[in-house]
Amino acid sequence: MPIKNYCLVCGGSGCAAGKADAIYHGLLSAADACGIGNDVQIVKTGCFGLCEKGPIVKVLPEEAFYVEVKPEDAETIVNEHLLKGRVVDSLLYREKGADKTNLSEIKFYQKQKRLVLRNCGVIDPEEINEYIARQGYAALEKVLFEMTPEDVLEELKVSGLRGRGGAGFPTWLKWKFSADVDSAEKFIVCNADEGDPGAYMDRSTLEGDPHSILEAMTIAAKTVGADHGVIYIRAEYPLAIKRLEIALKQAREFGLLGDDILGSGFSFDIEIRLGAGAFVCGEETALLASTEGNRGMPIPKPPFPAIKGLFEKPTVINNVETFANIPLIIEKGGAWFNAIGTEKSPGTKVFALTGKIENSGLVEVPMGTTLREIIFDVGGGIRDGKEFKAVQTGGPSGGVITKDYLDTPIDFDHLTAIGSMMGSGGMIVMDEDDCIVDITKFYMEFCVDESCGKCAPCRIGTKRMHQILEKITTGEAKLEDLQKLKDIGLATQKASLCGLGQTAANPVLSTMKYFEEEYLEHVRDGKCQAGKCKELVSYTIDAEKCIGCTVCARKCPVPCIAGERKMPHVIDQDKCIKCGACFDVCKFGAVIVA
Amino acid sequence: MAKMTLETLRKLREEQKEVIERRDSGEKSIHIIVGMGTCGIAAGAKEALNVFLGEAYTRKMDNVVVKQTGCMGLCYAEPTVEVKMEGMPDTLYGNVDAAVARKIVNLHLLGGKLVNDHVFDYPARDINKE
Repeated sequence: MPIKNYCLVCGGSGCAAGKADAIYHGLLSAADACGIGNDVQIVKTGCFGLCEKGPIVKVLPEEAFYVEVKPEDAETIVNEHLLKGRVVDSLLYREKGADKTNLSEIKFYQKQKRLVLRNCGVIDPEEINEYIARQGYAALEKVLFEMTPEDVLEELKVSGLRGRGGAGFPTWLKWKFSADVDSAEKFIVCNADEGDPGAYMDRSTLEGDPHSILEAMTIAAKTVGADHGVIYIRAEYPLAIKRLEIALKQAREFGLLGDDILGSGFSFDIEIRLGAGAFVCGEETALLASTEGNRGMPIPKPPFPAIKGLFEKPTVINNVETFANIPLIIEKGGAWFNAIGTEKSPGTKVFALTGKIENSGLVEVPMGTTLREIIFDVGGGIRDGKEFKAVQTGGPSGGVITKDYLDTPIDFDHLTAIGSMMGSGGMIVMDEDDCIVDITKFYMEFCVDESCGKCAPCRIGTKRMHQILEKITTGEAKLEDLQKLKDIGLATQKASLCGLGQTAANPVLSTMKYFEEEYLEHVRDGKCQAGKCKELVSYTIDAEKCIGCTVCARKCPVPCIAGERKMPHVIDQDKCIKCGACFDVCKFGAVIVA
Repeated sequence: MAKMTLETLRKLREEQKEVIERRDSGEKSIHIIVGMGTCGIAAGAKEALNVFLGEAYTRKMDNVVVKQTGCMGLCYAEPTVEVKMEGMPDTLYGNVDAAVARKIVNLHLLGGKLVNDHVFDYPARDINKE
């Protein structure tokens, strides 16, 4: 009996946290209860990207896109939609301000181009047949039987693919370095140690399309002559690890990994190495040290891992997103890929869009798309109608981009030119309520925690910078501290051993450049406009505006607000803990933050 | 599953492609929309639906997508089926039982002719548009 409806339930980590699993099982049992269990297929897929509105259920062929589904809605979907063909209107996604429910009209998807995420939200990641059906392992066929290693390198060269881990090094060159070394043993390593705060592109790719990584690693192995692969992934990604393990098992059973792949005589296998979640292990030499079983600390380069890497053997190490592009390039050709994006940065980039944005989620856009398009079209603009302040890209290694640069096309070179960086793809949007010094302090705190301590500039530099930022946010800093902060930042940048230290000062230097006035206000005037730095803020009540409704007094947790009903209230400044609760609840704008 | 060779992998891909393409409605040119409201179901819409699905499946008509919808308001003429395809006007059929459904496949989809006695107009199309 042919299938009548297909239910795609998002199985990404975000939706899983929203009980997507219960929805999945709810759909299954409800369908069975109605006797239509054999007429519908219910599939758990990878991330749809619109994580803000998760959990997501998509029903085909009607293309009904259900959002914020709850487990109890499963029965409704089955009874109404699957059984009676009535689309459940109340669960459909609606764009803010527009009553559009048709997927192709939703702005969130319109400007996206999903190459890396081509299978996420489409196939069941735990089912190798579905990957194969979508041209899976076709690129590997080509590489094994039709192309020479030189052909593959040439195709990659034409494509212009650059490493998506952040630095943007040409992938073909990296492969060529390893291919050119004469060695009996070589390794292919996949860097899945994604660690930027708020970034989850690689996790979603692995969760939604694990076979694409296995295929790409095998292609790399054939090209450079390696016989062993390692996926280094943090143990904090249990779902990605589980799906990878299933994928590895299926690929081995199908003869797509292991000895004599597809009868070509070429053998290659992959193992998973779990990391403990240290940020520094995303740096390639530290990652290799950790894979070898040593403490994850970087070593000076050169020699680069491509020449002397894992166990001192030539090692190709690419990140997840880079690998995910490879099968497409081989299948459709380097020229096809090169035509997408910008001249110097071809292809697409996946971003994890988070912060004060309407549609937080996973988006993939062609390189050269402007920040304005990503934030206001795809992202739906700033939440609660607030004012855009800045966007932080590249995580703790990146910088901020202000309103003036919203029309900058995003690619490796443009972002570096304005003092930020591509990084792995975290994008955190800030609004007027965010204090730039406070955010910078957060990133510095992250770097202090994550610095491995091997080299002094990073170990001491980050700590000192954090101390100064702490002084600024508590109103104890002097003007000369700002200069000192800049000096330490520059020194850390120049003298550190690895990328972590070299970029740790970027948030400081970039925010000091674009938001100098805000730093000065903190130090000189002892003021924090955004009201985030508690020591610099005081709450008072405007007696003229206060009507004595007592709401603030009832909400005050201390409590330190006194006053008769229908009489102006007063905040006891000695007792006030500056939580801001009174400000939030006052409907008359009588609470003043200064 | 035994280890595959190049040939078996290619064969498997062809087979699986058909399976997964049935999910994709975006590119398909023929849309058959079956009214599956309570009235439609009671009048036997499910049988018609099964005929469409079965015929599309056995005849390998890859460009056909069968969708369901709610009551179209023509309860007196249930089961109702709307057929949209290039080269033919959008057509609403009423009183579609299994035999008529087969006729629609043979005449309308494959033959390019309307099925007499079962064509209904849209209910107040001008009003619906507004």
